[in-house]
Amino acid sequence: MALERLFRRKRPSGENRDVPELWTKCEACGAQLYKKEFKENLYVCPKCGHHHRMPAAERVAMLADPGTFQETTRLAPLDPLGFVDTKPYAERLQTYQKETGRKDAIVGGTCAIGGVPSVLLVMDYAFAGGSMGSVVGEEIARGVERAAEEGRALVIVAASGGARMQEAALSLMQMAKTVMSLDLLWAKRLPYVSVLTDPTTGGVTASFAALADVIFAEPGALIGFAGPRVIRQTIRQELPEGFQRAEFLLKHGMVDRVTDRRRLKAELVQALRHLHPGVPYAPGV
Amino acid sequence: MPLEFEKPILELEKRIQELKETARTTGVDLEAEIRLLEERLARLKQEIYGNLTPWQRVQLARAPGRPTTLDVLAKAFQDFLELHGDRAFADDPAIVGGLAYLEGQKVVVVGHQKGRDTKENLQRNFGMPHPEGYRKAMRLMDLADRFGYPFISFIDTPGAYPGVSAEERGQAWVIAQSIQRMGRLRVPAIAVILGEGGSGGALAIGVANRVLILENAWYSVISPESCAAILWRDAKEAPKAAEALKLTAQDLLALGVVDAIVPEPEGGAHKDPDRAIQNVKEALLRTLEELKALSPEALYQDRYRRFRALGAYAES
Repeated sequence: MALERLFRRKRPSGENRDVPELWTKCEACGAQLYKKEFKENLYVCPKCGHHHRMPAAERVAMLADPGTFQETTRLAPLDPLGFVDTKPYAERLQTYQKETGRKDAIVGGTCAIGGVPSVLLVMDYAFAGGSMGSVVGEEIARGVERAAEEGRALVIVAASGGARMQEAALSLMQMAKTVMSLDLLWAKRLPYVSVLTDPTTGGVTASFAALADVIFAEPGALIGFAGPRVIRQTIRQELPEGFQRAEFLLKHGMVDRVTDRRRLKAELVQALRHLHPGVPYAPGV
Repeated sequence: MPLEFEKPILELEKRIQELKETARTTGVDLEAEIRLLEERLARLKQEIYGNLTPWQRVQLARAPGRPTTLDVLAKAFQDFLELHGDRAFADDPAIVGGLAYLEGQKVVVVGHQKGRDTKENLQRNFGMPHPEGYRKAMRLMDLADRFGYPFISFIDTPGAYPGVSAEERGQAWVIAQSIQRMGRLRVPAIAVILGEGGSGGALAIGVANRVLILENAWYSVISPESCAAILWRDAKEAPKAAEALKLTAQDLLALGVVDAIVPEPEGGAHKDPDRAIQNVKEALLRTLEELKALSPEALYQDRYRRFRALGAYAES
């Protein structure tokens, strides 16, 4: 394979050269990767299997059946507290919006997933670390409501550092809002599947992301409540190898499956078809 | 131990005390001087306590001697029977709960429990629960639903414990479950923020029909120190973070995050805990009365709508 021929050992940091635009490097093993093939491989390193973070738009394309996705997310953030740290929140928002071309840290809409009518919501880590403020909370609640009204399954791909500090208590309240909204799906017997990707921590893990009927996690993803830095400061010890990684969560019984991204859609479809009462028996579709 | 900003008050009080002592022992008439100083003291108190900064309130919320859940249970409730354990792993001393009467009314109570001294604080993990604490809380929510008794929670935690064991046992999962369980209660639920309302660890027992907060308590998504450490890259900027987070009772009332403020005695609840606890009791009785008319389903809907409405965004 061409990629293997081109694979190079990671250079010592001193002699780092610029990698040409067409090429990128695996964050884990340092392999030189041809960008086009790397993308086609869903940002998984073909050499070592490391799962890199994936842009939200491509995540949608990867999971929704071709041509079925209709975006419904449309809300824009405000600055309800007039929050200023070293920079005003309003200014930070503008920067994130310019960088991502998105209004806030979530994109979602209706689609079919393996033919199952669904609402798909994908968090965008590139926007303020995927943090949940009022917009993310409201879009999730509306997504749930839409799924309940239209008899759709709900799929949420989480990627978030947690609740958004700059909306403070209002961000915290989104945890309760999103969690309570899920009751609508329970009442209608509609499936909710969540996919935890790198990283999923804080108020997102501790609310809707943890409450799905079936929870998938991507290999190596950092998943937890407190971030590793905070824990290290609290206990003043080094953390055990693999702590808070997807495989650790699987071992401790917190997630159903750790699934390679290249198999994720297939398994997701399987779960949705099993769960959705409106989908007839059709093994191996 | 006096708080830094209270020192001028304490110094003046000391001087008045000394003058009184001198007058008593020497027989010299210092009445006029004392009265003058007492007037100054009143003005000083008004000036300091009437203009507390958010950071000063955070310090009051953590002041030793501030009423804890068990203090409130002992003084505002009758016949408290503490129940222990999560029926799965352990009993968490950072969350207490059980059965009690409030003016003759049967209620189920849960609350974070901080220690009242260093030794007890170590035992109670400074009021920072592990997953078993939230599982105990959920057990008690089940009990409230089963018997139809109102559920009352007291919030006073810097946050859920950020440690290896807590993560191994699914801290995020139990917090999410506790939020969900409390949201589904079919009985009146009232939460009172006594001191610190630190993030998800506080919200886990805060999904109530009415959320009350003591005048100097705080409630936010992160503590001012942690927020400062992340956004300012320096925990010492906590006073600025406290300002920016809008975490005071007044700010939270304006945002709709809390429904009512329970007044504290001058200088904070620790100056006169009995008075503060009495105020909590009166607020609880008023709020219970208010919720009495609602059916189980209406209580659920009321809570659902309360949290569904929170947030600020623009349609576009």
